[in-house]
Amino acid sequence: MAYDEKLIAALKSKAKTLRRDTIEMIKAGGAGWLGGSFSQADIITALMFHHLKHDPGNPKWEERDRLIVSKAHCCETVYAALGEAGYFDKKEYRSYGKFGAVLQAHTERIVPGIEYSGGSLGQGLSFALGEAMAARIGRPTPLYRVFCILGDGECNEGQVWEAVMAAAHYKVDNLVAIIDHNKFQSGSKVEDRINLIPMVEKWQTFGWNAVEIDGHNYTEILTALENADKTPGQPHAIVAHTVKCKGVPAFEHKNLHFCKLTDDMYAEAMAVLG
Amino acid sequence: MKRNFVMEPFGESKTMYEAYNEALVELAKENSDIVVLYGDFPRGAVGELFEKEFPDRLVDVGIAEANLITTAAGMAGAGKIAFTHCHGIFAVGRAYNQIRQNVAFDWLNVKIVMCNSGMLWAFMGGSHQIIEDIAALRAIPNLLLISPADQVETRKAVRAITKYEGPVALRLANPPTPTIYTEDLPFELGKAVTVADGDDVTIIATGIMLPDSLQAVDILAGEGVKARLLDMHTIKPIDEEAVLKAARETGAIVTVEDSSVLGGLGGAVAEIVTENRPVPVNRIGVRDRFGQSGTIAELKEEYQLTAGHIAGAVREVIKKK
Repeated sequence: MAYDEKLIAALKSKAKTLRRDTIEMIKAGGAGWLGGSFSQADIITALMFHHLKHDPGNPKWEERDRLIVSKAHCCETVYAALGEAGYFDKKEYRSYGKFGAVLQAHTERIVPGIEYSGGSLGQGLSFALGEAMAARIGRPTPLYRVFCILGDGECNEGQVWEAVMAAAHYKVDNLVAIIDHNKFQSGSKVEDRINLIPMVEKWQTFGWNAVEIDGHNYTEILTALENADKTPGQPHAIVAHTVKCKGVPAFEHKNLHFCKLTDDMYAEAMAVLG
Repeated sequence: MKRNFVMEPFGESKTMYEAYNEALVELAKENSDIVVLYGDFPRGAVGELFEKEFPDRLVDVGIAEANLITTAAGMAGAGKIAFTHCHGIFAVGRAYNQIRQNVAFDWLNVKIVMCNSGMLWAFMGGSHQIIEDIAALRAIPNLLLISPADQVETRKAVRAITKYEGPVALRLANPPTPTIYTEDLPFELGKAVTVADGDDVTIIATGIMLPDSLQAVDILAGEGVKARLLDMHTIKPIDEEAVLKAARETGAIVTVEDSSVLGGLGGAVAEIVTENRPVPVNRIGVRDRFGQSGTIAELKEEYQLTAGHIAGAVREVIKKK
């Protein structure tokens, strides 16, 4: 599918802002989840600034699409997207992770625009399933769609597959799982810990409409999201091949999972993103 | 001996789950926000009603308690009142983090119905007899823990927790229990029921141990001991005022529960009394052991949960006054 070049350029520009603000937040907070925040940044951007039906002026709008970020430690790009969209003042970034801050080190529902309090991995897809099933009650078509971003390492958790089974059984087709498949988890490469590769076949085998894409290519991201809408009768999985730390070439493919930013790293990032 | 709201003699026996179902059937017809979720658990009258009339408000996730609790949290996040059904041992034992993180942390409107809880799920043995649920759940902020004693109190508790907007764990025992209460029983969350008046000592009981505690009151009355009996149906938030009044006016307390005394009702009462009005407290309950198969009578004898044991604990605690 061909998309307007201006749209793609606008989204790329937004993603750059999200990555820059993520760096600022990590610098202000003292540490943060740089690698996973950067790998999901283009997916978050495509959802928040194009695909999702939402209203920053009315965060609890009943018909809004839900974005459940199950890998909730990667909160910085989520906060950056919400701040950019206008859910709260960007000055909140400066207190990220600090005592008394609204922006805690893992997402919490008290933040406008955050749907799910994460931090305990493997649970977000179940929560998303509940939200998606609630949207179908008493209606011929669901009131809203639910998107859930999972980490690939997170799929070690058994509860992910409990939700996968239940969503397929109930044919919850207003549910889209997006796996940020950056090939790393906290301590190692995914394949060296508990190998989940190949990922997409696992979701297909469990009865999901599962595809794989380049998670940094906007045409592929937007096409996969639109195709999910056009494929009824099954839940949808988008296995997005991504690069940990994508966006700052000097960091890419490194497992900067939870890290502090040295002055040199900050300067390096800002040279590209600033 | 004056008794309040108590049937003389006790009425028919019924399981708490059956009484729970009777109440929720009524509520579910009135309130379309109620959804029910099962973890491959017998559905009872509620499930049958929902299968026929509200199939899109019923979800059975299979044998997957973690998914059960979090899916319910998601539905509550969308504004529903979500009731989950599974054995207490698996709700607490397999989905503790989901109860903590997905339900209580965000004050979501999930009612965790813990079926077959406690020591007296007699036949099933130690693997299924949860004795640590009270200790585990009362340490979770935001979560109410309710433990009714008979069918009347169960029905009233179900109505009260449905009206209450927030996370609740409802602890139901397995065996059919005699009907203790008359329908005029007042039920208020967080407010203990004074079942028997007395000034010599207070017995504070919860759940299925209430009939045995009433028997103990009678045994003691025969010896000239006037025991007060409190039904602590809300274990959290516990009725501190009633506990302290008991400490002040009767000077000694015995707690009675079908769960571990470590951190259980006994622990909760001891914490309050020790901090505010130290009086001797003896605790009847499971004393740091796992359960086993047997009849209810055999288990009550082995784990020292009979009316005789309660009366014995009262005699001992009075000596410490």
